[in-house]
Amino acid sequence: MTTPSADDARPATAGRASAPGPEPSASQQPDAPAPSTPEPENPAEVPTQAPSNGDQPLLRLVDIGKSFGPVRVLTKITLDIPIGQVTAVVGDNGAGKSTLIKTISGIYTQDEGQIIWQGRQVHLHSPKDASDLGIATVYQDLALCDNLDIVANMFLGREEVKHFQLDEIGMEKAAKQTLADLSVVTVRSVRQPVGSLSGGQRQAVAVARAVMRQAKLVILDEPTAALGVTQTRVVLDLIKRLKSQNIAVIVISHNLNDVQSVADRIAVLRLGRLVAVGPAAQYDAESIVDLMTTGTSKRLAAVPAEPSGSSSEH
Amino acid sequence: MSTDVQEPPPEAADPEEVASEVALAAPDVIADSLGEYVKIWLSRIRNGDSGALPVIAGLVVIVIYFQARSSLFLSAGNLVNLIGQAAWIVMLGMAEVFVLLLGEIDLSIGYTAAVGGTFTLWLLLPPNPTPWPLAVLVGLAVPAIFSGLEGVIVTRLRLPSFVVTLAGQLLAFGLLLEVMETAAPNGGGSIRLYPGVLANIYAGALSPLAGWIVMVAAVALVGALFLVRDTSKRRSNLTAPPLSVTVLKIAAIAVAGVVVVLIGNTNRGAGLTVVEGVPYVVLVVVVVVVAWSLLLGRTRFGRYVYAIGGNAEAARRAGINLNRIRVLAFTLCGLTAGIMGIIFASYLGSVSTGVQGGQNVLLGVAAGVIGGVSLFGGRGKMVGAVLGGFIVAVIYNGLELLGLGAAPQNIWTAVVLLAAVTVDTLARRRSTAA
Repeated sequence: MTTPSADDARPATAGRASAPGPEPSASQQPDAPAPSTPEPENPAEVPTQAPSNGDQPLLRLVDIGKSFGPVRVLTKITLDIPIGQVTAVVGDNGAGKSTLIKTISGIYTQDEGQIIWQGRQVHLHSPKDASDLGIATVYQDLALCDNLDIVANMFLGREEVKHFQLDEIGMEKAAKQTLADLSVVTVRSVRQPVGSLSGGQRQAVAVARAVMRQAKLVILDEPTAALGVTQTRVVLDLIKRLKSQNIAVIVISHNLNDVQSVADRIAVLRLGRLVAVGPAAQYDAESIVDLMTTGTSKRLAAVPAEPSGSSSEH
Repeated sequence: MSTDVQEPPPEAADPEEVASEVALAAPDVIADSLGEYVKIWLSRIRNGDSGALPVIAGLVVIVIYFQARSSLFLSAGNLVNLIGQAAWIVMLGMAEVFVLLLGEIDLSIGYTAAVGGTFTLWLLLPPNPTPWPLAVLVGLAVPAIFSGLEGVIVTRLRLPSFVVTLAGQLLAFGLLLEVMETAAPNGGGSIRLYPGVLANIYAGALSPLAGWIVMVAAVALVGALFLVRDTSKRRSNLTAPPLSVTVLKIAAIAVAGVVVVLIGNTNRGAGLTVVEGVPYVVLVVVVVVVAWSLLLGRTRFGRYVYAIGGNAEAARRAGINLNRIRVLAFTLCGLTAGIMGIIFASYLGSVSTGVQGGQNVLLGVAAGVIGGVSLFGGRGKMVGAVLGGFIVAVIYNGLELLGLGAAPQNIWTAVVLLAAVTVDTLARRRSTAA
């Protein structure tokens, strides 16, 4: 399921728009047909939710629903994730944040709705499907091997081989380059075991690994949860660097300070529903808390969150 | 040193953090000079994670003790004898390294090795002996497949390897009795190895000159590999140990080579018979150590073994096929045990159903753990099993030389093993606390 174009459920869209090939550099430039018809794909299916600038969002979730047995965890989530922006997903415990990102990263399959990746509907049946598309998820536990060094961790599962042995020199160079691009400067050597790194550095390694795999969308699950003040700043800077490399970022966080310092857009989940989404500037901490806890905020009542977005559903 | 991505800004790394880094990172990685290398290395010893040198130091201490108690200990005859005893323990230790690195264990290989050996000797029986390479192949394949199947059970049914391979041990012992009954019905539970290539693994030796040539060639090759690799890293401005350290390592290998050849080439015959030369078994061990070290250190498979031992969940998420790697590691464990079975048969001149398969395998595990291979997985090297195996062999040999019997041999091996496990556990606790 790595090639989204082979979607027999929707023959009309197959091979349309942004070249069906293995998305060469699509994340770097807006797709060709975008200016005239921002939404050429499935006019009937997709609600008119596109940002009005005409750029196709990298990822579009349409009416995503997910239940575990009788428990409805996600209800009609419709959300755009644009390139080069940080989208913060906030919500109280049990709001469905984890389920949402697990759906995007292929761990769960949604019961309803569609996932549109670069204009084409995709079906994510496994984490591999997602990572083949360029979706990288950095979980809270980071999934690093403490006994291996930074280079080995960054290349884990994709080691380069030369003359029948690991190309350590090539991998070390690439790893250093990636870390330098992300301005990760505090590690003393890329050959030290990850177990010897601080929390922020470990986070940086996990993110760098995602970036090195040509991720177009990086999902960070509570990236600052266990970190001190300095380390948190390192990670937030890292997120900004990702953004500047034209990578879409989704940040799941409880920490509203972090969210506000780094997010371009904020999506608020409550009890499995998206109660608000819009530019971060429209929200302050109090209104977000209002939305997270009650689903509405008086402070926002006057301001429509996004021309089309937010659609506070109650 | 410029191995870094960039010079860290002075305020970025707080002192505590740097201290813990220095303590945990290998000196190869962050040292600029020999002095710094030693300093970092010492701080790592305090953390219980220090590589081979403390093991070597322990070995030297034990050797000095036995030499002080018995002047025969360091005689050429005894040392060659010691190498013979060490060889099969080392081989079992190397077999266990594959599974220990995964955090698993294989208790069956003491007996499966004997089963493999029995097959080999069976095929070599006169009057119609099979060509020896074929016999060896069967002797290696049987334990390899046996352990591989254990690996399948461990991975598919998610059972603890301890229990699966304990059952495997009993099964293999049963198999041994059964196979022996068929192979040598009148042998009284043992099958003889007739003179030939395999008997010569122990009985035969390189000529003194050939010993020197092989040693020099091997050291030169390994030394050149080290130098080329480290200098090319240094030239690319990548992480590499200081040149002095590289040279010291090569020198240490050369010294070890010279010592082994000197010992081997000393006449150890009694009276008028001249017995000299490095026994072939040394070559077998060296070849296996080098091959398995390359496999673990330079290939994807080896990298994945360490990754699974370090954090299986991370390895899984990285797309590594855990089951395949685990089954392969078990198979290689069995294969190495098969080599042990054949050299053990060569050592004793026969395979017997009286083989202490249960105890031998524990000596193998002890060799690995004493040599710094973690029982918890993810840490340790093949060379560790060699050093650990030598320590076990020295204890057995030395106490025997002092006329002491099985009781102190077992007691002292137990003490050393317990000490090694303690160090392993403390190191792990400290590194997870860091």
